[in-house]
Amino acid sequence: MSPGHPLPLLTAKGISKRFGGVHALADVDFAINHGEIYGLIGPNGAGKTSLFNVLTGIYTADGGAFVFDGLPIAGLKPNDVAARGIARTFQNIRLFANLSALENVMIGRHVRTHANVIGAIFRDAKTRAEEDAIERRAHELLAYVGIAKRANTLAKHLAYGDQRRLEIARALATEPKLLALDEPAAGMNATETASLKGLLGDIRRDGTTILLIEHDMKLVMSVCDRVLVLDYGKKIAEGTAADVQKDPKVIAAYLGGEIELNLKGAA
Amino acid sequence: MQQFFDMRKNPGGAWVGIVLVAVALAVLPWVLSGIGTAWVRIMNLAILFVLLSLGLNIVVGFAGLLDLGYIAFYAVGAYVYALLASPHFDLHLPFWIILPLGAAVACLFGVLLGAPTLKLRGDYLAIVTLGFGEIVRIFLNNLSQPVNLTNGPQGITLIDPFRIGSFNFATRETILGLDFTGPVKYYYLLVLIVIVIIVINLRLQNSRIGRAWEAIREDEIAARAMGINTRNMKLLAFAMGASFGGISGGIFSATQGFISPESFVLVESIMVLSMVVLGGMGNVFGVILGALLLSFVPEVLRYTVEPMQMALFGRMWIAPEVIRMLLFGLALVLMMLYRPAGILPSALRKRELEAKR
Repeated sequence: MSPGHPLPLLTAKGISKRFGGVHALADVDFAINHGEIYGLIGPNGAGKTSLFNVLTGIYTADGGAFVFDGLPIAGLKPNDVAARGIARTFQNIRLFANLSALENVMIGRHVRTHANVIGAIFRDAKTRAEEDAIERRAHELLAYVGIAKRANTLAKHLAYGDQRRLEIARALATEPKLLALDEPAAGMNATETASLKGLLGDIRRDGTTILLIEHDMKLVMSVCDRVLVLDYGKKIAEGTAADVQKDPKVIAAYLGGEIELNLKGAA
Repeated sequence: MQQFFDMRKNPGGAWVGIVLVAVALAVLPWVLSGIGTAWVRIMNLAILFVLLSLGLNIVVGFAGLLDLGYIAFYAVGAYVYALLASPHFDLHLPFWIILPLGAAVACLFGVLLGAPTLKLRGDYLAIVTLGFGEIVRIFLNNLSQPVNLTNGPQGITLIDPFRIGSFNFATRETILGLDFTGPVKYYYLLVLIVIVIIVINLRLQNSRIGRAWEAIREDEIAARAMGINTRNMKLLAFAMGASFGGISGGIFSATQGFISPESFVLVESIMVLSMVVLGGMGNVFGVILGALLLSFVPEVLRYTVEPMQMALFGRMWIAPEVIRMLLFGLALVLMMLYRPAGILPSALRKRELEAKR
């Protein structure tokens, strides 16, 4: 637990989600502290993305409760969850494809700005000032994630790695306290992954807590403070990266030691 | 088109553009009167369709909600005006009260239609809105019993024209030595209204609200995850679109002097949607172009096809109506092949091209 924040940022207690007879999530408990990078790993179908969807209100949980920043968030709609300060990216990139990169990020500012129809039509001084601030902030965020030159490119025409970065910029535009990233390194080459690692470090340094789903074990083990391992919807291990990778249950879950092979390079 | 009116980057050019357009718009009815008064009427009807298309563009073009029953809001606006300004109930309220009232009632209907369809998209939404359009028309057709509310299929006649004090928009009079016919007077009023609505459209598009609509159009789940209240934003789109339809309906009532449910059939909804799609969904100037084209081409054909065939063959081989449908079909095929995003695709794509150069 970090000093100055006696309570964790997010606490999950007994989270369950069923799809018919399948227990996508069964009684999952965890807590994320302020300022940490918290990894969420597990084999395919372990329930990682389901956990994200329950957390961000896209699915309703069948059981359990989240407490975020001191207040319960169970049953909130996705937009209310975003307003509370949880922003996410998607495993299969969901940008606003036919809008420019800049506009994608400007849309992220929606939840922190206030102009209504009357303001939009009459364009009073307050609305104009807000518009300028939105655009300025969007440019800053594009620069922050390193795609400032792509501001006017349509999202769908961006290179894959840039699309992932744009999703992060768009999520950051909502001023989250917790940034939930669903496989941000998927499809990236080693150079791109290395610079993503730098970006994650920057985001944490600037005060945003990160929840990270990732299959790139090298990245997870080098960047995460603590890691939660899911398998068949159940929590099978939690702890520091070093502890988790020695856990026999984790090794078994990853088909008898495959994970060890992957990790040799990381250590 | 838009760069001519870009005040920030090119203020000089923008003013020249504005003055040129203003002069053209001011002179136009007199040129048209020279050809025939009928053409001023046709122009007025075309402007009315521009208004309708701009309203539908908010729903379909900005928010991406396919609405096939849009004409229902036009009908609601038209009937509100007709019932409150005709001998039917012997009410004759001034237009500057009923027109906003019609917009408000249409807006209410927009929300009523929007609320149950919030979870629908694409084809499913299209079917439900289509049904809604038909329901409104059938109600108008049958609400002559037990209480005669709408006068059924006979429609409502002798609807008041617009009047401000003693100034009547329907009568001919001479002002400053110029001969103003009824249609010419309406023309200037319509141009004024359409300019206001264009400005509203452009400003909405480039605002926090417009961006939220575009986000919903592109990806609703991502929009919600970004904190956009999609329910409210969709209802807002329906409400705004419907109120523009309501205003157009009121003007239609007043200019025609007669309305019946016949004027609000499904084909009209499809026509307005075609205008939006042909011009370029989501691009205000494209939509205006689409509406003008689809309003004028049939009329031009009506006046040219018959004399041309008479001159060439001595008899009429193909009726103007048939040629119109043939041309529509051809236009549709050509568009799908060469301009799938409309004649003037949305401004964004252009912005991207500029950035690349």
